[in-house]
Amino acid sequence: MKQQAASQPDDLALVFIEEDGRSHTLTCAQFWQSAVTAAHSLQNHNIHHDDLVILVMQHSQELLTTFWGAMHIGAIPSIFPFLTEKLDPQIYMERVRALVAQANARAVITFPDFKTPLTNLLAGVGCLVLGSDEVLYPHPARGREADSLSHEGKGWIEGANKIAFLQHSSGTTGLQKGVALPHRSVLNQIDSYSQAINLNKEDVIVSWLPLYHDMGLIAGFILPLVAGVPLVLMSPFDWVRDPKRLLWAIHDHRGTLCWLPNFAYNHMAKSIRKRDLAGLNLRSWRLAINCSEPVRHDSHQIFLQQFAPFGFQESALATCYAMAENTFAVTQSEVKRPLPVQWIDLPKLQSEQIAIPIPPAEPQAAAIVSCGRPINGTEIAIVNENGEPLPENHLGEIILRGSAMLSGYYQRPDLTAQAIRDGWYYTGDIGYLSQGELYITGRKKDLIIVAGKNIYPQDLEAIANSIPGIHPGRAVAFGLMNERLGTEGIVMVCELAAPANLHQTHNIEQALRRQIIAQTEVTLADVRFVESRWILKTSSGKLARSANRDKYLHTFSK
Amino acid sequence: MNVVGVKEQLKTFIAGELLNRADYPIGDDEPLISGGWIDSFSLAQIGVFVEEAFDIYIPDPDLTVAKMDTLNQIAARVLEG
Repeated sequence: MKQQAASQPDDLALVFIEEDGRSHTLTCAQFWQSAVTAAHSLQNHNIHHDDLVILVMQHSQELLTTFWGAMHIGAIPSIFPFLTEKLDPQIYMERVRALVAQANARAVITFPDFKTPLTNLLAGVGCLVLGSDEVLYPHPARGREADSLSHEGKGWIEGANKIAFLQHSSGTTGLQKGVALPHRSVLNQIDSYSQAINLNKEDVIVSWLPLYHDMGLIAGFILPLVAGVPLVLMSPFDWVRDPKRLLWAIHDHRGTLCWLPNFAYNHMAKSIRKRDLAGLNLRSWRLAINCSEPVRHDSHQIFLQQFAPFGFQESALATCYAMAENTFAVTQSEVKRPLPVQWIDLPKLQSEQIAIPIPPAEPQAAAIVSCGRPINGTEIAIVNENGEPLPENHLGEIILRGSAMLSGYYQRPDLTAQAIRDGWYYTGDIGYLSQGELYITGRKKDLIIVAGKNIYPQDLEAIANSIPGIHPGRAVAFGLMNERLGTEGIVMVCELAAPANLHQTHNIEQALRRQIIAQTEVTLADVRFVESRWILKTSSGKLARSANRDKYLHTFSK
Repeated sequence: MNVVGVKEQLKTFIAGELLNRADYPIGDDEPLISGGWIDSFSLAQIGVFVEEAFDIYIPDPDLTVAKMDTLNQIAARVLEG
């Protein structure tokens, strides 16, 4: 980054598209200068090497430069999702406090408006709270610009195993797991992944992806900046509300690469009005990489149908299987070949755990899209319950190891020991290999993925347990595929504490939905109230989520 | 176009397509998005539905949770033209 700023200072680094549609740009030199300023400021506030710095900031260029500045002095930055209009501020603040306290963060950096409430919240936790304005635009008297940074680039010189940054999952459960990524892994990922997608100087990356998630953080931030490829960025909120922005940004900037969760294909195909597409030219878009939740063949087809008339090419359809634990990409589809799709016997897959190809016209045929091959330096295997490798076409758990792995979950050796065994990371995802290509069919854990975001059912159930009218301990949450949306929806089934009439259950449902959205931003796809003892539990008294899902489908399906 | 007709059509679309519960009785003043009944992706889809059903184009600054949270709000906006 420093070299680029020196040798190609005027090259475009970043175009940031604001809410009102206007954009402003930063050259490599400007980005670097801003990051260095941030680095100096942080040092002046006594933030040192290996100090954890949590960034509670909205999607903005300030977030990017502050993050880079923190890395530059060898501190460990971690981006925490910013408060949104749907979340309950009180609950959100408690989460921030819990994270900061648990992780022993040295400092929290936030927007100026948020600094006072955050300082009050964190009084007694013993961490510094800084406004982004103080960090990026320091008072001249405080800045010691002339002095060289005492730890300048130390992170890079030590290189290898020093932790570069942390990534967190969201939610009460997910917050516990800060994925610690060493510099070595990040650089290996960037190197291998660039090769896998033939990244070159003509590329322009366009993204709306949130930066607290591995896809947005790596593909939509660190990769382009390190590789010297321009990045066009917009906020996820602006995109959700106005999805045509992405397509017009690709048109305006001749974007070539864009990563998207599966539901985004459906969302764009269904939510953009015809008159908003007039004149659109998507011919420059060489790769649309589907990543971060199960890939669906029909979502690709809907998207292709809608946008082929505007220059979107079928050859652009690509996939990637990724996770923070491998920095980002584990596998990537081959970009020079059409995306492989297998039609397999679905009932046989579910009952015998084997993928058997059959003609697409057969009623029991289901399309499974390939997620590609492992990137250089990463290997994968499919194993059974005992960790023994399975032959091709046999379903099992996907495990991985390689040069882009996490060093562990930050300060959680217990969680690390559970997840990494004998050097292999156990993903909890289920799939099979066929002719070297990875096909993913499901998940071992009860984790639900909605619009690319991980949701833990236990977090939702805990909320339901607190709602008056719902029998505590007798509420279950599970995911259900919604084909129209191209993603999972969340269903909750709750036993009533006492018999209730329609009006009463409606009030309980309102209260439940309101609490769920305030605490997790999740909108439930369906809520059903049932009588006592409807919910199934295992012999050890735990909620049998898939059994309850099956019962729900049996009882309530139209 | 009258307000009753517009509301009925909106209710049918929202209950059937977005809520997946065609029989659900949506209150005229029920906060749909902030109340957790439909998610924010649905705003853009409502925009598409309104264009197709009533030939009304709602510009982006008006397609917000604050302005389009209830049936009454959406219907009023449609009738504005």
